[in-house]
Amino acid sequence: MSEIKHPLPYASWESRGFWEGAGRGDLVLQQCRKCGLVQHRPRGLCAHCLESDNLQHFVASGKGEVYTFTVTEQNQAKGFAEACPYVMAYVTLEEGPRILTVITDCAPDEVSVGAPVSASFVAQDRDDGERFAVPVFRLD
Amino acid sequence: MSPAAFPASAAIAGVYEHPSRFSPNKTEFQIMAECAKGALDDAGLTRSDVDGLFGASMSMGLMGIVDLAEYLDLRPDYMDGTNIGGSSFVAHVTHAAAAIHAGLCEVALILYGSTAASNSMAIGTGGSGGSRNPDTAFSSPYGMTTVGSYAMYANLHMNTYGTTSEQLAEIAVTMRRHASLNPHAKMRSPISTEDVLGSRMISRPLHLLDCCIISDGGGAIVLTSAERARDLPKPPVRILGCGEAVQHQGVGRTDLLTIAAKQSGQNAFDMAQVQRSDIDFAMIYDSFTITVLATLENLGFCEPGEGGNFVSQGGISLDGILPVNPDGGGLSSNHPGMRGIFLVIEAVKQLRQECGERQVSNPEIALAHGTGGTIGDKHSGATLILGVDK
Repeated sequence: MSEIKHPLPYASWESRGFWEGAGRGDLVLQQCRKCGLVQHRPRGLCAHCLESDNLQHFVASGKGEVYTFTVTEQNQAKGFAEACPYVMAYVTLEEGPRILTVITDCAPDEVSVGAPVSASFVAQDRDDGERFAVPVFRLD
Repeated sequence: MSPAAFPASAAIAGVYEHPSRFSPNKTEFQIMAECAKGALDDAGLTRSDVDGLFGASMSMGLMGIVDLAEYLDLRPDYMDGTNIGGSSFVAHVTHAAAAIHAGLCEVALILYGSTAASNSMAIGTGGSGGSRNPDTAFSSPYGMTTVGSYAMYANLHMNTYGTTSEQLAEIAVTMRRHASLNPHAKMRSPISTEDVLGSRMISRPLHLLDCCIISDGGGAIVLTSAERARDLPKPPVRILGCGEAVQHQGVGRTDLLTIAAKQSGQNAFDMAQVQRSDIDFAMIYDSFTITVLATLENLGFCEPGEGGNFVSQGGISLDGILPVNPDGGGLSSNHPGMRGIFLVIEAVKQLRQECGERQVSNPEIALAHGTGGTIGDKHSGATLILGVDK
C-alpha cells in the first residue's frame, strides 16, 4: 500500500477559485451575497439566483464530519490501484455542503460515520508555475 | 369511442432479448440489429413498419441515433437518443408512448446492444483516472468508482438503519436462485449467503458477489398504438403509469438515501391509479445488491430502513410477496453495461406468461424501475407500471 497519487485536478474558470485556494492551503467555497446560498461543487453563478454578479469566494473552516465512507479495496485506475485500501468519503462541512474526498493518515478501521475531520492539502506538481493542491481530510 | 388517454393509448407489441452473453465477433450495432429483427418478428411487424427509432448505448456518441438509423437503413419520422444511463430504455418506453399518443410515429423500435464483456470493460472498478471532463473534476481526484459510490450508500444505510451484509447477500442469493431457472442466464449455479460474504471485498461493505456480472448482450422493444397492437399476434402489454426523475448532489445538501425512484415511482403510481399491493412482480435494476434494497424502499414497497427485513424474509423471491427479477437480474443473468431494456423485456414476457420454470403465477400488473448512473453520486430513475390488456 502506497499513498494515493491524485490525478491533477481539471480546473475550469468556474472552479479555479477552489483549486487555487487549495494550493494556498485554504478550503474555498462559494456563497451568493443575494440569497445566502453556500454551494459546492463550484459554478460560474449562483445555482438558485442564476446570476454571477453576487457570487463570492470565501475561506471555509475546513472542519466537518464524515457523512458516509467506503474502504476501496479495488480500483484499477492508476494512482489509486497501488493505494488500496483507501477511504473515500463524503464529509459534511460546517458551512453546509457535502464534499467528496478521501480520509488519509489513518487505518481504514479508525474511520466511522460522524467522525470529526479537518482538511489537509496534498500539493500537486504542475509545470506552469501555478500552485494546486487536492484537499483531503484527516481524523481530528 | 373516444381515443384512449395517455399512456393507455400505446402498448408494447413485441420484445426480444439477445440470448448471447458473450459475442466477441459482433459489433454493438450488429447486436442491436439482430434484436430489432427478433422484436419485430415477435410483434408480427417488419422493418418497413418502423417510423420511430429510440436507442442508447455505452459508445453511441453525439449523433449516435443518426448512426444507428444509417446502420439499419431506416428513415424514421421520429427519433430519440436520450441517454440517462442504464435506465434509458425504461424512459424510452415512456417517450415512445408519448410520441405514439401525439401521432408523431406509429411503430416505435427501442434498441440496445453492448459488447462490454468481450471488450473487457471494467465498469464498476475502472473509474476515475485523471479526467479532464469538468463533470468529474471533483470526483476523479478522489478515486470515485461506481462500486465505491454504491458502497457509500450501503454504509450509510447500515449506519442509519442497522441493515446487515447478510441481508444484502440474501438479494444476491435470491437472484442466483432465479437465474438457475433461466436457461440463458450467465451464472446459474446456486450460491449461499456464506459464498457472498466470503467473496472478495471490492469496496466495503460490498463484496464481489454483491456486484452485477459483466456480459455482452442486447435487446429490443416494439411499441405501437393500443388499437393496432390488438390486431397483432402477441397479447398487447399496456402502459399504466410512467415516471422519470433525477437525483444528484445539487449544491451539496442531498440526502443520499433518497434516490430518484421515490419521485419517478410516485408519479407512476399516481398515473396508474394502482396500489403497491396491486403489483404482482417487479423488475428492479440490480447493479448491486444495495440498489435493490434502496429501490424497494424508495418505491414505497416497504418503509425506509425496512428493506433489509423485507428481503431477508423472502419478500423478493419468486414465491414471495413481491417477486423481483425472475430472470436472475444483472447480478446473475446478464449485465452488458446498461441493463434497463431487460427490465421491460422480462416484464412483458412474464405478463404474457412465456417464462417457463421462472414464470410468476398469473401476473396482471408489473413494475419496472431502472437506475442510471450511481446512487452515491448522481443518477436517473425511470419507472413503468405495465399491465395485461383487459
